[in-house]
Amino acid sequence: MTDNLLLFHLGLGAILFAIGGVGLLIRRNPLVMVMCVELMLNAVNLTFVTFGRMLNDISGQVIVFFVLVVAAAEVVVGLGLIVALSRRKPGANADDLRLLRG
Amino acid sequence: MTVHSVVFAACAVIVIFGGLGVVLSRNPVHSALNLVATLFAIAVLFLNLDAQLLAAVQVIVYTGAIVVLILFVMMLLGVETEDDLETEPLVTQRIFAVLVGVALVGAVLAVLIIGGASAVTGMHSVTQALQSGTNNVKQLGRELFTTYVFPLEVTAGLLTVAVVGAVVLSRRPKDVQPIPEPESMTDQGDDPLTAPTEEGAH
Repeated sequence: MTDNLLLFHLGLGAILFAIGGVGLLIRRNPLVMVMCVELMLNAVNLTFVTFGRMLNDISGQVIVFFVLVVAAAEVVVGLGLIVALSRRKPGANADDLRLLRG
Repeated sequence: MTVHSVVFAACAVIVIFGGLGVVLSRNPVHSALNLVATLFAIAVLFLNLDAQLLAAVQVIVYTGAIVVLILFVMMLLGVETEDDLETEPLVTQRIFAVLVGVALVGAVLAVLIIGGASAVTGMHSVTQALQSGTNNVKQLGRELFTTYVFPLEVTAGLLTVAVVGAVVLSRRPKDVQPIPEPESMTDQGDDPLTAPTEEGAH
């Protein structure tokens, strides 16, 4: 695989990260916001694997493994928050998260 | 045009349009399905980059567990309402958000275009050089349990905290009241759980 193609992978990762970030900023449905965070995490995963390939090192892939675990934990806690919020106010958006204040 | 280039081009189109679909779909279920497409394309890109184990894990964990979990919560909460994307809650918020995104992409692309292949600096093969083919799984497993064994153990702690946190968060709100004294086991007759059904039968 040529270096140019690997650079294209990095560029794709940047574009996907930006799409996820913009979505996180403009959407107010908490479920869609969680999905946008997933997009950003995946963009970073792609970048890590590409870096590992460019530097011929296995660590890039090992780090992606840990990012996967963090993503799973993040989704579990995020969905727990969304369920707790929706019990108090059905159809809630991100602004209503202040209802969860103890 | 090598095979790698063709695979990359196809997957890049799916990734970008899938990502845009996640952000721009009015129905959250459509967002989730677009997310599945995006994650699948990224799994294929992992294969393109010779990361076979990660491609499999990506499909199993992301599309098999995480997206299903998100869809499950959606169905649990009910998503018959579509989001209103026309009204902007904060004026000019979207313009600034898109500006931030464009600036982000522009910065990274500028580095890549100006620097070329030398934009990525660092020492080569610090931990272990990549092995090709089926050795990827073996190599990744060996690294996880030798060099990275301490982060792996910390990960176990993180997962435990996440599970406990999810249980605490999704308790019913009324459960914060103190639990009443348990009554004696003999008077099963006025069990509060059966009272509403008796009322409904009358």
